[in-house]
Amino acid sequence: MYRITSISDLAPSIKLFKVEAPLVAKKAQPGQFIILRTDESGERIPLTIADFDRNAGTITLIFQEVGASTIDLGKFIVGDSLLDVVGPLGKPTHIENFGTVVCIGGGIGIAPIFPIARGMKEAGNEVISIIGARSSSIIFWENEMAKASTELHVTTDDGSTGRHGLVTNVLQEMIDAGKKIGLVVAIGPVIMMKVVAELTRKYNIPTVVSVNPVMVDGTGMCGGCRVAVNDINQFACVDGPEFDAHKVDFDGLIARQRFYKTQEKETLDRCLGEGGDHECRCR
Amino acid sequence: MSLSLKKTPIPEQDPKIRTNNFSEVALGYTEEDAATEAARCLQCKTAPCRQGCPVEVDIPAFIGHIKKGDIQAAADNLKAVNSLPAVCGRVCPQEEQCEKFCVLGKKGEPVAVGRLERYAADYLLKNAKPATPLKYAADAQKVAVIGSGPAGLTTAGDLAKMGYKVTIFEALHMPGGVLMYGIPEFRLPKSVVQAEIQVLKEIGVAVQVNFVVGKTLTVDELMDEEGYDAVFIGTGAGLPYFMGVPGENHSGVYSANEFLTRSNLMKAYRFPEYKTPIYVGKKVAVIGGGNVAMDGARTALRLGAEKSYIVYRRSEKELPARAEEVHHAHEEGIIFQLLTAPIEVLGNEQGWVRGMKSVRMELGEPDASGRRSPVEIPGSEFEIEVDVIVVAIGQGPNPLIQATTKGLATNKKGNITADPETGATSKPGVFAGGDIVTGAATVILAMGAGKKAARAIDAYLKEKK
Repeated sequence: MYRITSISDLAPSIKLFKVEAPLVAKKAQPGQFIILRTDESGERIPLTIADFDRNAGTITLIFQEVGASTIDLGKFIVGDSLLDVVGPLGKPTHIENFGTVVCIGGGIGIAPIFPIARGMKEAGNEVISIIGARSSSIIFWENEMAKASTELHVTTDDGSTGRHGLVTNVLQEMIDAGKKIGLVVAIGPVIMMKVVAELTRKYNIPTVVSVNPVMVDGTGMCGGCRVAVNDINQFACVDGPEFDAHKVDFDGLIARQRFYKTQEKETLDRCLGEGGDHECRCR
Repeated sequence: MSLSLKKTPIPEQDPKIRTNNFSEVALGYTEEDAATEAARCLQCKTAPCRQGCPVEVDIPAFIGHIKKGDIQAAADNLKAVNSLPAVCGRVCPQEEQCEKFCVLGKKGEPVAVGRLERYAADYLLKNAKPATPLKYAADAQKVAVIGSGPAGLTTAGDLAKMGYKVTIFEALHMPGGVLMYGIPEFRLPKSVVQAEIQVLKEIGVAVQVNFVVGKTLTVDELMDEEGYDAVFIGTGAGLPYFMGVPGENHSGVYSANEFLTRSNLMKAYRFPEYKTPIYVGKKVAVIGGGNVAMDGARTALRLGAEKSYIVYRRSEKELPARAEEVHHAHEEGIIFQLLTAPIEVLGNEQGWVRGMKSVRMELGEPDASGRRSPVEIPGSEFEIEVDVIVVAIGQGPNPLIQATTKGLATNKKGNITADPETGATSKPGVFAGGDIVTGAATVILAMGAGKKAARAIDAYLKEKK
């Protein structure tokens, strides 16, 4: 079983779990993910490995309670066990010395960008990180990111903390100031990754994004996570999740992510008690 | 008494009723049905039927026990050589295996070997007492079996019975492979699959789920660090093929693997009680003509589709699916849109499927497979309105293990190269069988490969010791 050893609330509706998964912890590398199930009726939920402790045999998972399944997950307490955890899945981030690497984490994307920033810094890069969210309450791991980076910028859409604006405003200024950037890694909402990609394309700055399409098995078996990269379908679970940002079909990705909106609302309503008589962990 | 030239029919759910549920279509023989059918078996001394069975079931012997009314003995006889008789009795294409060689088939219908096998196996499951754990020697050698589908389960069961300590590694959260994620509940109840696996666990086979060999640990690590003396790879044909036509990434286009996995393994047919969603809309087109396509089309109907099409580029005669499955699909009202090939998936402004542009085909000369190959009729383009498309045109080998194992030879398609008689690969101590070697085939052929590999692994380990 996969026991939860600690939980912290990083922001309203954003939680951190440390979970015992020694086999995953032993092999995990930045950029990889796991798939978990809470219980017998649960979905297979893919989550990026935000951190890992090989000695303790634990992995760190960070998630936002946005739908029935993640709200369910949020009701677990320390000592509870997840029914299933499988991983590490996906290809690890390609880490080498690129000179200067800009690591951009938007919203919940701060979690997966953290081990990448740390890995890039350990590889000798100057790591300039930009983390952003709608508002200060959703920004987390500021200290961790500061430690993992050479330089850290924080932005919020409403200006409640850090710079008032978007992550791309900071990136644009850096480019305008003539900063030589070897690689940009951007993880966050698809629309943010798309905007970053459009910006860096103009300046030919190599850019990598980590995509999170709908996924079932995570081993290349279902093809649900396919995304066109350079007009050729790739499976995010085994060929990715990281791809060359300048070749990803972001619009296709956005469209496919919306596919289950109706059903997601149905389970959410049911989960929140509007669906009548049922058993749900989240009550 | 003169014996019937026809098989004793198997009771089935009425097509009108069964399209509204996921319960099993074929209900199984009653005691009387089984006795009547067993009585048809001539108990030929030469037992020609046996040559058709890849897992070497002693067919006249088990049917002989049923004739005498000793169902337990029949079941024990089956289980001794076949770890999955309740599965085989349901999904084997007996018409191409044992029943094809039955002497009765010359004048009438062959003995319904499959139905009798199912009857005896189900008897065992219903009256199950826990199996006696096997005793393993303190220094028993360890074998890792990768993949818990029909090939892996067969190899594991046979090796355990030979005294080896076997651990099965499965990537998904439930063991069973295609028996769990692929074949629908209405053809193969998942409780039947789990009951057969439970027996393997009881005799001492360890099953490690949530373990992706190639990621969690590699084959080399299993052998060099975890002390496995031999490895069997039975990872199946898990890589879905798509058509490669424009619009295939529109929302509403599923691979058959995804569609069936959502419904079967994740139980999306019980959404929202089970939280994995599935979408069928009103009209579903399943592309392909094999058993997987039939499963997809019949699943779509049960999920509430008003119209469910099979879209196939050849004619009915060339359908690769079992005749029984095609018959069931017809009974249930599946619409066969034959001699049709999709050329484009049409989407709406939101990127959702709204239809499919196709061309009509005619049959030309036979191709390499011996089937007449379809040729496009120029100017025959037409549109079909559909909400969901399920692509069931075949699967390839999942490349994960091949890419992470040193010295494991593969062919051009990415299948593992293995000796058809032994399953031996280019890597010493590593054996492979089933779809990962042959490409997508049947449950029983995978089981046959597993059986041969178990014997070869035994020989290899005896020599190694």
